[in-house]
This record gives sequence, C-alpha cells and structure tokens, in this order.
Amino acid sequence: MYKLTYKQYFNALKEGKLLGLKCNDCGSYTAPPKLCCDKCGSISIEVVSLSGKGVIKTFTVIRVSPEGYEAPYIVAMAELEEGPWLMGNLINVDPDKAKMDNIIGKKVTVSAKVLPKMNYTPDEGVTPAFIITE
Amino acid sequence: MRKVCVAGVGMTKFGRSQKSSIEMFAEAAMEAIVGSSIKPADIQCLYFGNVYGDLEEGQTVMAPYAAREIGLSAGTPSLRFEGACASASVAIRDAFIAVAGGFYDLVLAGGTERELAMGTPLATRAFEMASEAYYEGYAGITFPGVFAMLARLYSKKYGVPLPKLKERMAMVAVKNHKNGAKNPLAQFRNEITVEEVLDGPMIAEPLQLLDCCPFTDGAAAIVITTEEKAKKMVKKPVYIRGVGQGSGAPLYRQKDFTLIESRVAAAKTAYAMAGIEPKDVDVVEIHDCFTIAEIVASECLGLFDFGTASEAVEKGETRIGGRIPINPSGGLKSKGHPIGATGAAQSYEIVKQLRGEFVERGTQVEGAKIGLTDTLGGDSATLVNIIYGIKG
Ligand SMILES: [Zn+2]
Repeated sequence: MYKLTYKQYFNALKEGKLLGLKCNDCGSYTAPPKLCCDKCGSISIEVVSLSGKGVIKTFTVIRVSPEGYEAPYIVAMAELEEGPWLMGNLINVDPDKAKMDNIIGKKVTVSAKVLPKMNYTPDEGVTPAFIITE
Repeated sequence: MRKVCVAGVGMTKFGRSQKSSIEMFAEAAMEAIVGSSIKPADIQCLYFGNVYGDLEEGQTVMAPYAAREIGLSAGTPSLRFEGACASASVAIRDAFIAVAGGFYDLVLAGGTERELAMGTPLATRAFEMASEAYYEGYAGITFPGVFAMLARLYSKKYGVPLPKLKERMAMVAVKNHKNGAKNPLAQFRNEITVEEVLDGPMIAEPLQLLDCCPFTDGAAAIVITTEEKAKKMVKKPVYIRGVGQGSGAPLYRQKDFTLIESRVAAAKTAYAMAGIEPKDVDVVEIHDCFTIAEIVASECLGLFDFGTASEAVEKGETRIGGRIPINPSGGLKSKGHPIGATGAAQSYEIVKQLRGEFVERGTQVEGAKIGLTDTLGGDSATLVNIIYGIKG
C-alpha cells in the first residue's frame, strides 16, 4: 500500500536525494511521505524527486535540549519549492548569531543529518539539514 | 441526548509532591466524591488521564489500581486516556458522552501526573515524544522550541515586531502569576514583572524561562452525572453545555500554525453544541503552556480577531475585570501543568468560578455564567474545548 515509507525516505535523504509524493488526481506534492495525498486523500500518488530547494519560514535556537541532543542548535522549518514544509536543523549559521533578519526568508538547500539510535528510538534517524545558499 | 452536569470537583496542591501518582489522584477523587454526597461504590466507571506513568514511576495500567485505591468495585471499568497534555480533557469529554448517551449515570473523570520524578533532561525528552517522532523529533525539537517557532511566525505574519511581541508575551506571564499568587493550590505563588521575564535564561529563542510553564506533580478529578442526579447531589450543579475535540496534523503538514486548525474546529463544535458564540463566554481557562500559546489560542477560540490578541493583553482585556478574563487560576504558567491532570484542573477552576466560590480568594470573575476550557495535547495534535454553564 505504501509508495514511500519513512525508511525509504530516510535512506534516500541520507544519499542526498529528497523524495516526495506527487498526486495524480490533484497534482499537489506531499513530503515527508504518508499513505495518501495530504491535500485530497487520493492514494493515486507516485514517488518523485524534489528539488531540495526552499526558504526558511521560522526557526528557534534550542538552549535546553532533550536527552541525546547537545544545545545550542537551530531547529528550522523550510517551505520547499514544491509546497511542502520540512522541519530540520539549520547547520551553516552560528546559533549565537541567528536572528530573524538573517534567517527568515533566506533560500536553503536540503541535505541530511544522521542520528544514531538513542533511547526510545527504533533505529537510526535522519533529519533534513538546511544550508543557507544566499 | 441527556443534560449532563458536574457535581463535586477535587484537586491536589500542584508542585513537587512526595505522593505517588495514584495517591495524588485518590485524594483529588475523594474530594470530588465527598463533594458530590455519594460513595465511591456509586461510581459506574473511571475515566482516567495519565501520560508518562511508565517513565515517571515505572507504572503502566494505572487506571484500575487508581479505581481500587479509592474503593471502586471489581466490576467497575476503568479506562486510561492518553492525549498528551490534554489527557484529562479527553477523559472528561468521553465521560460526558457516556452520560449524555445514557450508558452511565455517574462517572468519575480526571487525571494525575508526577513529572518532577523524571528530572529536566528526561522530562524534556518525554515531552518531545508528543511531537511527531520521525519527521520532527530527530531535529531535536522541544516543546518550547515549537512555540518559539510559533512566536516568530506570529511576529512576521501580523507585523508585530519581535521585541514588542515579547513584551506582550511577558505580560501574559505577569497576569497569570498575579492570578496564581492568590490560588493556594498553585505551584508558583509569586508575582513577577515584565523585566524579570525578559531577563530570564533563554530556553528556546525567543522563549525565556518565564515564558514557559513548569514541570509539575498533581492530580484533579470531577464527578459527571445527569442533571436529575446532580440536582440532588449538590446545591449548584454546573452543566456541560458543549464539547469539541479535534485532531491536528504534524506541524510540517499544518505549515503556518498560527491558526491551529484542530483548535478552530474543536471550538466550533463546542460552541455549536452549546448554542453560544465566543462573545457569550464570561471566563476561560486556556492552555498557556507558553505565553505565546495563550495569545494564539485566544484567537483560535474566537475571543479576539486573528493578529490582535497580543495587543488585547497589553490593554488588560484578559485580566480579571477585563473584557474576557483568561486563566484566573494562574493557568499552566503559574498553577502548574501536570499533563495527565491539567484538563481536570481547568474544569475544577471553571466549575468553581461558575459557582461563585472564589470571592474570598480574590479571583472571582463576577457574575460568570458561561465558562470555557481549552486544552492542547502534543504540539497541537489533540485539542479539546468544553463549555460549562450555570443553566442547561
Ligand atoms: Zn491529491
């Protein structure tokens, strides 16, 4: 039933390929993956490569981190060219110099950060790593 | 559908507790049962909220042990509800449905949590578990981080410069501490200033320590029954007029989450069932897990137009005595936030407000006839709104 599972999505992301789903009924893109089109619910969807380009919409600098993570680091949300938003880490900005003006609206490309298996995670994890390109 | 009322209510002191989750719940439950002039054996079902009992105390399947602790019989079902921070409100809504639909006449609903047993790093990790695990969790997002990103979206979208927004967010904390200082059950009973909020340590930029609610131990419970029975049990039954619950998508699918779609939908359902509009509400307990959360929630609930609630805070419209008092209990911010219990504690406050019991405490919203609770679970996954009234 699944065209793209989290594991397939993670494995591709690790190799620098951002995958998504394109809906054959409404034409919209869904990423990260889910069972059906996020807009219309259709299961007539196909796996496509996304451009991996977007802009930062919002961010925070985490100063108090959960177990397994070392603060400070930047969590950000980016809007992809194809429409979906991703949450990930912004990796080429010094957390101490992160301000709204130099981050929000900036163009990014999506690469990947791999996390080892931790307490309460099923396996290794992969999160988008955003790199500001302008 | 039958008319449904709250009879007795009970709540422990919030803060650090030396009691177990079940002991805390038992005390809150017995207060609600005694206040309803009934015996534990009269309760037909327990609707019990708890989230992290396994991580906090190494205890799962807490509901039946809690049931037997307070003297419910071997034949009384007990159900555990997990809706993250909204667990007790999910339990209350389901209890309402069971009584309204005629299956039960008398149920006990509430919850308990002992968060401080975890310590901050594990508690921060535990709370993160209520964010979506695969596509948000691995970014190392925290709950303060979610609302920090929300604050920046809000600032940008509505053109409220961040320093101005932060000052108004601080005013939310100041207001809630002012109310909580008068609440003997609150975790923090100190008044604070805007300067103190803005001088505090940074947790997740731009949120500082006093923008965030604390980790808390505590329990609360309410007895839910039919109108007919409630009238015999208590002098002032409080009606549950409407309930609504929504399911939110992960944040990356919601995109701009300054408008929390599950909350707007849940509130719409509750208002429609109660046959009222937002302007009819006299007093509100809002899920102020973070200062910006109260501002955004008050807009999603229709109490203010989108983009205007931070200014309303500055004008004092949400104070007791203002146009629409929000969090007279002190809210999650000052009263504390034991996540399995929070919804029931909100209910406790609203029921007592509508009974006019807080005159002496100095936080009575004068003449309050209709009250609303708003509880958010996860980073907006589970949303419950419940409307209470002195008339059915
Ligand atoms: Zn579609």
